[in-house]
Amino acid sequence: MSEAESALNRAIAEAGQTIRVADRGPVGQVTLRGDLTSPKLQAAVTAGTGVGVPLPLMAAFGEEGSGAVWMSPDELLLFTGYAEADGLVAALDDALSGEHHLAVNVSDARAVLALSGAGVAEVLAKGAPVDLSAAAFPVGTARRTHLAGIAVGFWRKADREWEIVCFRSYARHLFDWLVTVSKTGSEVGLS
Amino acid sequence: MAHRLNAGGRLLDRSKPISFSFNGEPLRGFEGDTLASALLANDRVLVGRSYKYHRPRGILASGVEEPNALMGVGEGGRFEPNQRATTTELYPGLVARSQNHWPSLNFDIGEVNARIAALAPVFSAGFYYKTFMFPRAAWKHLYEPMIRNAAGLGKPPTGPDPDRYEHFHAFCDVLVAGGGVSGLAAARAAAEAGARVLLVEQTARWGGRALTETDIEIGGQPAAGWAAEQVAALEEMENVTLRNRAMAAGLYDHGYALVYERVTDHRPGEAGAPRHRLWRVRASRIVVATGALERPLAFANNDVPGVMLAGAVRDYVRLWGVLPGQRAVVVASNDDAYRTAIALHEAGATVAAVLDVRPDVGGALPEQVRALQIPVRESHGIGRVLGGRRVTGVEIGRITGIGQMGGTAERIGCDLVAMSGGWSPVVHLYSHCGGKLDWDPGQVMFRPAPGRGAPIGPDGVVNTVCAGTANGHLGTADALSDAVAAGRAAAADCGHRAGSFAAPEVREPAMAPVAAHWFTPSRGKFAHGTKHFLDYQNDVTAADVRQAGREGYESVEHTKRYTTLGMATDQGKLSNINGLALLADELGQEIPEVGTTTFRPPYTPISFGAITGSAKGPLFKAVRRSPMHDWNAANGADFEPVGDWQRPFCYRGAGEDRHAAVTREILNVRRQVGLLDASTLGKIVVKGPDAGRFLDLVYTNVMSSLKVGRCRYGLMCNENGFLFDDGVVVRTGEDEFLLHTTSGGSDRVHGHLEEWLQTEWWTLRVYTVNVTEQWAQVAVAGPNARHVIEAAGTDIDLSAEALPFMGYAEGRIAGCPVRIYRISFSGELSFEIATPANRGRALWEALLEAGKPHGIMPYGTEALHVMRAEKGFIMIGDETDGTVIPQDLNLGWAVSKKKEDFIGKRAQERADLIRPDRKQLVGLATEDPKEVLPEGAHAVAEVKGPGERMRTIGHVTSTYFSPTLDRSIAMALIEGGAGRMGETLNFPLEGGRVMKARVVDPVFYDREGARQNV
Repeated sequence: MSEAESALNRAIAEAGQTIRVADRGPVGQVTLRGDLTSPKLQAAVTAGTGVGVPLPLMAAFGEEGSGAVWMSPDELLLFTGYAEADGLVAALDDALSGEHHLAVNVSDARAVLALSGAGVAEVLAKGAPVDLSAAAFPVGTARRTHLAGIAVGFWRKADREWEIVCFRSYARHLFDWLVTVSKTGSEVGLS
Repeated sequence: MAHRLNAGGRLLDRSKPISFSFNGEPLRGFEGDTLASALLANDRVLVGRSYKYHRPRGILASGVEEPNALMGVGEGGRFEPNQRATTTELYPGLVARSQNHWPSLNFDIGEVNARIAALAPVFSAGFYYKTFMFPRAAWKHLYEPMIRNAAGLGKPPTGPDPDRYEHFHAFCDVLVAGGGVSGLAAARAAAEAGARVLLVEQTARWGGRALTETDIEIGGQPAAGWAAEQVAALEEMENVTLRNRAMAAGLYDHGYALVYERVTDHRPGEAGAPRHRLWRVRASRIVVATGALERPLAFANNDVPGVMLAGAVRDYVRLWGVLPGQRAVVVASNDDAYRTAIALHEAGATVAAVLDVRPDVGGALPEQVRALQIPVRESHGIGRVLGGRRVTGVEIGRITGIGQMGGTAERIGCDLVAMSGGWSPVVHLYSHCGGKLDWDPGQVMFRPAPGRGAPIGPDGVVNTVCAGTANGHLGTADALSDAVAAGRAAAADCGHRAGSFAAPEVREPAMAPVAAHWFTPSRGKFAHGTKHFLDYQNDVTAADVRQAGREGYESVEHTKRYTTLGMATDQGKLSNINGLALLADELGQEIPEVGTTTFRPPYTPISFGAITGSAKGPLFKAVRRSPMHDWNAANGADFEPVGDWQRPFCYRGAGEDRHAAVTREILNVRRQVGLLDASTLGKIVVKGPDAGRFLDLVYTNVMSSLKVGRCRYGLMCNENGFLFDDGVVVRTGEDEFLLHTTSGGSDRVHGHLEEWLQTEWWTLRVYTVNVTEQWAQVAVAGPNARHVIEAAGTDIDLSAEALPFMGYAEGRIAGCPVRIYRISFSGELSFEIATPANRGRALWEALLEAGKPHGIMPYGTEALHVMRAEKGFIMIGDETDGTVIPQDLNLGWAVSKKKEDFIGKRAQERADLIRPDRKQLVGLATEDPKEVLPEGAHAVAEVKGPGERMRTIGHVTSTYFSPTLDRSIAMALIEGGAGRMGETLNFPLEGGRVMKARVVDPVFYDREGARQNV
């Protein structure tokens, strides 16, 4: 069987850049829509990802790339291994049987880029109308917004570790934009 | 003669000489110079020609208000016209050229015209409008060629801009605009209270006029030293961001501000760095500390090079060590200008006289000037400036009680005139977002009047104030206490405790009141010949404004447009107040009655690059690439945009044109088998106990009756009954459906579904997810389709019995997990196969490999479109245009008559949508089968002669040459089309030609559907 190949095929930009931009390759992703206050749903999320349902505008991260991002009042984006996504959908459907919900494997729908470095917030601020200061956007914060003319989501996983996602077809555009605005010498100089 | 002094010049680094060129001539300056100061240091006093009259012009100001010294700066792609020399920092190798002259700066043909114009009233107020009126022929043959020759400001660059630009979103509690002493004080006061402060300054230096004035002490030290201390303190604070070369360009609603940062204008081409950065600032509070601008005086020939603003003259002396002239006359209506006399005297120049329009002058600064043995002439003004390309002297006279020039004319020889009509607060930013102004007759200025209306934030509370000089406090002590109060209040509004920073002690000379003096008429007739300029950049004179008043213009807004006063790139920074004062005078009104024109952003012109930001070149517009994009690009795909997607129009072989490729692709699908990248097709999952009910409401036909594992074609209408999307719905589970939408329509349809679910039918238990991007999709179409998939290896039974037409199955093909739908848009045996996008390219290549023995070829969107037209299938956007209902397209069979309701049902019962003569879809067969009707061609009821109107009865919606049928085919929407079968219609084309086509069934090929049903 052929190997799954992400849109950017694990491209990395690092040399001559103020931040490191790296395609994470195929990443397991599941969209879960449902009643986020339901104990059954909360238990299923924790069982499937190792983290609890995050608060609005927040994200939670567990072991080995697993995690959950709050996307809307009735939607989460769950992360797991690429090969585990169908199993996670099945487990959620099983745990939530009888409760109205929609769990669907969207692992291939989005590109996931890991951004690292002290200057990530500054680079993202060149596109997104979001206050990304440490006080306003602490570790664990997530935001769906727009950047470079496309819809994106990003979250701060650690002080200098961020992740950004966009729909697969825009992956090249997002990557090229990030590389262009993070060239060494383009620092705004706030951080 | 202007020259560089041996000492002085606070901003200069004399250890760093810089070479630059002006009109091809190599010149030298120093680091810290502006282009303007370096030109003056080299005695280049004549720097440009005026816009309309091509009069010789020199540097007038020292900052953003400069109207004359506009230069073309840079070369090739980096060339930029209309750069103010006063705000262009000198850098090594700078190349500058003057503008608006032909053939040369010193000899200009336009100037000759203007001399002639002195004898007749051409180019006076409303000139352009009058040229349209009389005589008619003159516009085309005389005025337009003449104006086109003379008009234009600078030249466009000749190459693509090599620089990069970017935006930057910034957030703060308090934005302080302006880095003079008031801005520094306000920033410090807000920052000491703990607020997050962003302080921006348009120039490269902090301190504003404190750097020039030597007679002001703040906190026991010279003002410049105090300013430097504030900068040092602010730089130490973590909650403060200072940014110079960053101009607050515009204030907008709710604390949104644009700041224009010129990052590398002073060091062009620096690697990595953007040239300009546009800051998009969201601030809770904004303090506008933008200072004031000096007003010129309107006297005859007040534009001869060597006439300058008084404040600018002492800027050149003290900031750049440049003496703009050896022998000066100062003319003023206020005490401040006496500082210029002192500065010139200290620098070694002769001040021949200070002419003061006021009758009694006795303030501290005038007394100081008198003590220097400089004659002070009370009640005196300039009747006329002498000289052409340079001031050689002035004719002065006594100003009478009624403002006329009286007494005996007297001449004073000089090469510099320093003028001052007082100072106007820079209230532009404040006005951008709704701040109101009041006329202050005591200080002769408009100043902010928050009581009459102030900018407010999202909470309805005032969020923007002016502070310091910009708030009408011309004295430093008043300005500083105002600014500190503003900074503290802004911080307090953001929830910070009152800070400890207090306004410092100030020592400064006392100032006597300014006189309201706007216009010094020359002797005799002033309308022509001797021009009293108000707006230097647009060449508008006092006579123009007076003429407008006499011709009946009462509104300042109308007068502005009639005379073009204030409409140049400097937006009337120097001319607005003088112009409206003159208009008020002409109308016999008070200045506040006449009012001001509206200030609009940006404060000074900003680059298109900054506005564009990073959206340039390949990043200009995001394009969507399918999982097979790279393969397509490498294999001859000739792309076309479909929504944001790049889709192959066709795949061109070596030496093959589009037409040949499309023909080959179509015939290959009809005869063997083709492969289409259909990944762009919209896909939306709809799930929930009420999913069937929901789909019955959003589709015109019934979806709830669909069996699991089966597909059904469906139509979506909007609430007006008009068709807006179509596609195949698959029931993937008892309470789960997969909706296919058009390629360009997935986001729109998903939004439509969510809107109805969230705003109207929130009780329905339904969730939707747009999974368009999750799946790569390919269509395998043609008689050999089944063989290809079998050859690729599959565990799915593809037989007609197991997977019938409109059936659905899951399994694996070539090792890839797939969903397979037996649907056909080509009319052939066809399987649409979806696999997770990350395996799309692998599946694509496996099918091509397996299909080789069966003659497989990829095909593009054009082949797809032709084949669907051969089958009479509609395309959203071709056969629909937002006014078409399904019934118009013979799709009434897909509109349920049994359902109680669906979106569009009520609308489709309206009289206009049920009338029998609506345009209906028909096929067309041209009389000559080789001729293809033009797209959009109109059918008429009756062909008439040239120039006669013909009644249109419909238009062509799709038209192609069909290789399958070896003839042209077309579809059209024709009035009462269903009843016209067999009728021949006329399509008048360009040049009087009429094409004829017979109305036929729109299904041209395989009417019974035998080919897809095998």
